[in-house]
Amino acid sequence: MTVTWATYEADYFDYSGPMVPGAVVLDHEIAPRSGWSAVVSAGTVLTLVDVGGNQSGDCLIYAAADTTERYSVPDTLVAQRNAYLVEGSVLMSNEGRPLMTIVGNEVERQDTIGGACSKESNTLRYGHHTRFHHACRENFLLEGARHGLGARDLVSNINWFMNVPVEADGTLGIVDGMSAPGKRVALRAERDVLVVISNCPQVNNPCNDFNPTPLRVIVTDPSASVSETDRR
Amino acid sequence: MIEDLGAGRRARTRTLAEARADAHARADVRVEAMPYLPASSSPYAPVGVDTSRIVWAETVGGPGYTHATLARGTRIRFEDTDGHACAHVVVFNADRHGERLNLADTQKVPWQAYLGAGHPLLSGDGRVLATVAADTSTRHDALCGVTTLAANRRRYGAGEAHSATPAGRELLRLAAAKEGLGARDLPPSVSFFKGVRVEPDGALEWTGSAGPGVTVDLIAEMPITILVANAPHPLDPEDSYRSTPLRIHAWTAEPSSDRDPWWSGSPERARAYANTQQYLTARGIR
Ligand SMILES: [Zn+2]
Repeated sequence: MTVTWATYEADYFDYSGPMVPGAVVLDHEIAPRSGWSAVVSAGTVLTLVDVGGNQSGDCLIYAAADTTERYSVPDTLVAQRNAYLVEGSVLMSNEGRPLMTIVGNEVERQDTIGGACSKESNTLRYGHHTRFHHACRENFLLEGARHGLGARDLVSNINWFMNVPVEADGTLGIVDGMSAPGKRVALRAERDVLVVISNCPQVNNPCNDFNPTPLRVIVTDPSASVSETDRR
Repeated sequence: MIEDLGAGRRARTRTLAEARADAHARADVRVEAMPYLPASSSPYAPVGVDTSRIVWAETVGGPGYTHATLARGTRIRFEDTDGHACAHVVVFNADRHGERLNLADTQKVPWQAYLGAGHPLLSGDGRVLATVAADTSTRHDALCGVTTLAANRRRYGAGEAHSATPAGRELLRLAAAKEGLGARDLPPSVSFFKGVRVEPDGALEWTGSAGPGVTVDLIAEMPITILVANAPHPLDPEDSYRSTPLRIHAWTAEPSSDRDPWWSGSPERARAYANTQQYLTARGIR
């Protein structure tokens, strides 16, 4: 039996473009199921494009100068007194300082309480037959290792384009996404930050529409002039 | 109780003999925040618990912090004695500190954001570190974490561990350091005794304290290292820094088993305990 784990190309894909104009510093397609990381300089803007629609991009952020200072779900939620991320949300560190700000967002809300998938938690959530499904924790560990980071550096993360409602009685979980091909979120770096993204390989719940697809990451520098090539 | 001698209450300490006599004379002082040794001598031993089984008895100041490494099957009781304690807790596998509390999994796997009796505290490795076995408070929070130095400086003027208004994170850093752990080893912590609820629009609503005298019991499902900071919750609406003592008793008891309702409370939980059992059996831990 052939198992299809992801869709790499499709007619409905929409690669869109940067949300904030500026010189393109970086433009990369994160293949389905894979990880990506880079240092994003202060003042530049990272646009993440949901190319195939409802594709979760699990994201961790570290202060580039000292990675013990890293994205913190609690500090971010407390700062805005809200459980969901929207345009204007400031992504805070565990030291209570801003790392990035959401300066553009084309879905109703973004998730940061659902956490990342792992082979280990998959066994709890879906049964031991899922033990060998690739997972975000694997991507985080491999990408992190390129920057000297390990399991001790993995903390609760952001899930771009994932939908995790909390009901009145506290019931929470992952339901169908509110995104679509070409939808974007844009993050301005408030300091030099290391951004690690796992293009989520999960195929046991709706976070990727049961079909992992690519993500496009574009970093633009609004302070630099836009070249003719970029303006096309 | 003997009155606290306090700062500056010096006796005659000009010679070593005098200094030693002075030091020895301080030994019997009793204060509000202190450990009780042996633990069986605790003046506040929980009713119904065989005192010979108590392994840890302590009143943590408000604010204050403590930490311990405990055997599998230890039952840990936190008490909010005066109504304004907030126990910020991080739990690790004592044998492998890289395995530690993962709050996202702790909420996501049981499909429940609010912690209460029967809720497992899950590691990122798909196992149960500890179980919330009993809860007379029901006001807890697994979303908001601890206060930071930066936040406390803004709000109270200071947040250093040595200040009168220490940040929860600064206290957890010290607790971590005492167990050989550093800043990398501190994931988001869970808070007991101060409640937060999520409104339909995502707003975080403060539900606060259940009042004085409430308790939460945890059962260590494997050998664990536990860090505890007692400091105000980040959303505490009180203008002043409000923190009262946290009492801790831990005693030798039984790990969870299939006799406990939470063991098979859902298929996810059953598999979490199965994973834990498999790990412990392979590791030679009974
Ligand atoms: Zn994932």
